[in-house]
Amino acid sequence: MTLAIEVKQIRKRFGTLYALGGVDLEIHAGEFFALLGPNGAGKTTLINIIAGLTLASSGSVKVMGHDVVGDYREARRMLGVVPQELVFDPFFTVRETLVFQSGYYGLRNNDDWIDEIIHHLDLTDKAGANMRSLSGGMKRRVLVGQALVHKPPVIVLDEPTAGVDVELRQALWHFIKQLNRNGHTIVLTTHYLEEAEALCNRVAMLKKGHIVALDSIRNLISTISGSLVRLRLSPDTLPVALQPLMSSRDEGCFFLAIKEYSQLENVMAALRMAQAQVLELQVLQPDLEEVFVKIMGNAGNSESISTPV
Amino acid sequence: MIGFLTLLYKELLRFWKVGFQTVFAPMLSSLLYLMIFSHTLEEHVQAYPGVPYTVFLIPGLVIMAMLQNAFANSSSSLIQSKVSGNLVFMLLSPISYQEIFMAYVLASVVRGLVVGLGIYGVTVFFFDLPLYSFLWIFIFALMGTALLGALGIIAGIWADKFEQLAAFQNFVILPLTFLSGVFYTIQSLPPFWQGLSHLNPFFYMIDGFRYGFFHTSDASPYLSVGILAVCFLGVSWGTLRMLKKGYKIRQ
Repeated sequence: MTLAIEVKQIRKRFGTLYALGGVDLEIHAGEFFALLGPNGAGKTTLINIIAGLTLASSGSVKVMGHDVVGDYREARRMLGVVPQELVFDPFFTVRETLVFQSGYYGLRNNDDWIDEIIHHLDLTDKAGANMRSLSGGMKRRVLVGQALVHKPPVIVLDEPTAGVDVELRQALWHFIKQLNRNGHTIVLTTHYLEEAEALCNRVAMLKKGHIVALDSIRNLISTISGSLVRLRLSPDTLPVALQPLMSSRDEGCFFLAIKEYSQLENVMAALRMAQAQVLELQVLQPDLEEVFVKIMGNAGNSESISTPV
Repeated sequence: MIGFLTLLYKELLRFWKVGFQTVFAPMLSSLLYLMIFSHTLEEHVQAYPGVPYTVFLIPGLVIMAMLQNAFANSSSSLIQSKVSGNLVFMLLSPISYQEIFMAYVLASVVRGLVVGLGIYGVTVFFFDLPLYSFLWIFIFALMGTALLGALGIIAGIWADKFEQLAAFQNFVILPLTFLSGVFYTIQSLPPFWQGLSHLNPFFYMIDGFRYGFFHTSDASPYLSVGILAVCFLGVSWGTLRMLKKGYKIRQ
């Protein structure tokens, strides 16, 4: 299978600080991949190295088989990047911005595709407007458009939905899902874990410059064994028999941790025995957020970010 | 090649869209210099025998404006893009560092020439300015603006803030231009200052440029071209190295 992105032993040092401490990562062509991690984990640094915006201290990165340093022209043609910051050139209009970006990639007479991008991103009314006059959401759309002018097989989006309203967020995801269906590899970073869970096949979790988890979402979730049962009872006391199962208590509800569904029967039996009336009952499935919190809590605590590795 | 042409076109369009500020304003200030200096000094100073001071002054003012605008074009474009973050669009693309260099230098040359032509075009209406050799004029205009365009790239990349760029402009570019013989011929200076002026590359640009009008100069135009070529190669080498290594822009 072709590798869209191949990261080998990438380290990046800023002074004495290691932003990335030996990252290995393979993303296959056609994947919808998420890079997750708290602020300062090194996500953007890694993306910048992949995009050639930052030079790594050591290690190598290939995009569609092309080294991002040695064969940078080909590598960059393969890649479209939507930066995190809302950057724009205030001298130009939306269409000029897209035409210039297309020209930077060596493309001439690209107007049909640019028109299509403008149409898909709902920018038709604003095509002739100066970038300065656009709202934040509109500017974000132009950034997406700029990343697509050269039809790159690999698209990287760094926090594409940060500060974007619900409507645009959904439109954006709809568009990006369509790109993925058409064969583009999508790599994104996001703070919205439910987005990653809904969209992506695989995720990598970064913490302090190291990858601490790399797997499909299903596999990651299955590492959390069992489910939580949320109960609201009348009277508001948990039968003694169920006390050992309690994991937490919140807003008049009890949360019980069960390993298997069959345990539900025991729970119900104990409630009947104690003659407690069930006001609410909900079985909560573990989600990516739970995995994230667990992994970020445990992993890599021993490794200090400033330790050279 | 298309990448280079696009970047060049973008750079040209950038200053042209704000032409009032980038072309018209420097023309106006040069013409004001000319009015004031000619009014106050016309009767007191004669730089070249038989040449009225105002006429002597015009080529100097023209090339000074060209040099300053060539420098301003590349440096301000780069620092604006750096500060606002939109430099990323160019850095993400496959444009090579040589193409970046050429596009920024050429845009600077064009802006310099446009401003210079503007000032010249206005002044020839009012003054009887000789024209000895268009070729010499063009050679020195080209070399001067290209050198300043390249210096502008260095300054624009090096400066992190607008103040640093202004400092570079005020403490390096401005003194070197003012002390290069725009307003005087260095023959009028004491020997020590004459010697010092010969170390200033800007002197050769202005002296050679003026030669193209008056067929007389302080230094041989061939020597001037040689010195400027060496300077340009040196500065270009430094600029290309900076761009290749991604100094400050790909760290």
